[in-house]
Amino acid sequence: MIQDYLFFTGINVLLAWSVYIILMSGSLSFANGGFMALGAYATGYLTTTYGLDLWLVIPPVALLAALFGALVSLPALRTRGVYLILVTIGISICMGVGIESSEALGGVKGMGGLVGTEPWHVFVLVGVVGLFLLIVSYTPLQRILDAVREDEYVARSLGINTTYVKVVSFGAGAALAATSGALYAHYLIFIRPEHFNVMMSLFMVLYVILGGVNNLWGAALGATIMTLAPEFIRGMAEWRPTVFGLIIILLLLVRPQGLLAFRTRTARAGTRVAKWVQGKLVPGGAAS
Amino acid sequence: MPETLLQVQDLAVSYGPIQALRGCSIEVRPREAVAVIGANGAGKTTLLKALSNLVPAKSGQVLFRGEPLGTRGPHRLARDGMLHIPEGRGVLGTMSVLENLRLSYDIRPAKLSFAVALEEVFACFPRLSERRTQKAGSMSGGEQQMLALARALINPPDVLLLDEPSLGLSPRMVKEAYRILRMFRDRGMAILLIEQNVHIALGFAHRGYVLRQGQVMMQGACSDLGSDPDILKHYLGTSVEAA
Repeated sequence: MIQDYLFFTGINVLLAWSVYIILMSGSLSFANGGFMALGAYATGYLTTTYGLDLWLVIPPVALLAALFGALVSLPALRTRGVYLILVTIGISICMGVGIESSEALGGVKGMGGLVGTEPWHVFVLVGVVGLFLLIVSYTPLQRILDAVREDEYVARSLGINTTYVKVVSFGAGAALAATSGALYAHYLIFIRPEHFNVMMSLFMVLYVILGGVNNLWGAALGATIMTLAPEFIRGMAEWRPTVFGLIIILLLLVRPQGLLAFRTRTARAGTRVAKWVQGKLVPGGAAS
Repeated sequence: MPETLLQVQDLAVSYGPIQALRGCSIEVRPREAVAVIGANGAGKTTLLKALSNLVPAKSGQVLFRGEPLGTRGPHRLARDGMLHIPEGRGVLGTMSVLENLRLSYDIRPAKLSFAVALEEVFACFPRLSERRTQKAGSMSGGEQQMLALARALINPPDVLLLDEPSLGLSPRMVKEAYRILRMFRDRGMAILLIEQNVHIALGFAHRGYVLRQGQVMMQGACSDLGSDPDILKHYLGTSVEAA
């Protein structure tokens, strides 16, 4: 039982980070539930129908999700603010409807027989992704992302290829969401389209917003609290969404910037920590 | 080095049915400061945006170092040596002064190391040195303008495009900003300046263009333009004295 809690906490931390990665370049994505569904169903189909090994199928599916994420980000990036949010919600819904109407994927009846994930797999991934994000926060890349997030036009005048940065971050977030979805599905054994509906996307975004949007710790803390807190009041299961809603309202009233709102100063990244990058990494330089 | 650094040939830009620029030709030579003056809505800002490919040109073309800009994105132009400091300064408010400077430094490979370039910048802008770890957004408008100008100093571009550097500044800060700009000019940085403050702009630049309703109405050495108050009054709709 306690294993389950830890597993779902780990998955939710990963999902929160998948939203955070996209948010780092300034886009708020409600499509991550859809990316998660893509990962869950694509790997599930390959492991059950063809009997392939889960670890063999996760990398190509993650890559597929990254390409899909990058592809949907292209039209989505032309729209801004609330319109982008609507576009990403639309992607989530389309994904759900697509799966529901697919015979091969089990439609509304769901897909079963998915096994292979142990909780420690998720913990390892949390460690790896967390370490990666931590390292990023000490490199010039963090400063580039911060610049794009704050003001796209200024970022461009600073020689940063904002389109490239945004597309890559969308792709990376989608890949992480899909990987989490694959692990999630192969732990649950049985999945149905409503596991990945718009509410799922909404929750991921809320974890990040409640925890704090400016650093990786906020997203992780938000996901952990919002996964574990409702368990303490398990006796009243039907009140769970209500409690969730109340916590959100309370937090936004008391601490609208999120629990952990600090932004990592990246000035050091230019002088000491990343001295070796000097002259080698030009903002967005990988695109040229 | 070609004779003309930046050449705008017959550039036209439209926003829907509204023609903001109708066949505008200007040029900036190496080491030259050029001012484009005109009243509100004359198309000055549109001209700068079109130069940075922030708005698409309908016709005409822009040559930078003899090569057409084509569809090179704004970020490519920045890396190729054209720094556009937009109206509203273009500093990142949530970042520290150091971070802002570092981002500018990283635009292109630089001759000086960051530490050395930084020292030089802080020698010119002692105020920024005091505020180096402060968030840019928490500084005064004048200090932010200094930071915007410091961006051009830390890794000097081949040509600096400036949109209304005097806008929203106290007269004292305007003076200070132009003191810095004169220093840039005297070091040989090519500058294309958009300015509503006719008096200051003509006092600063070598040559000037008067823009009205998207067209160049007059051009010439700033000393000649400045001594022609009647014509200026006619095209700008204001007198030089009032500005």
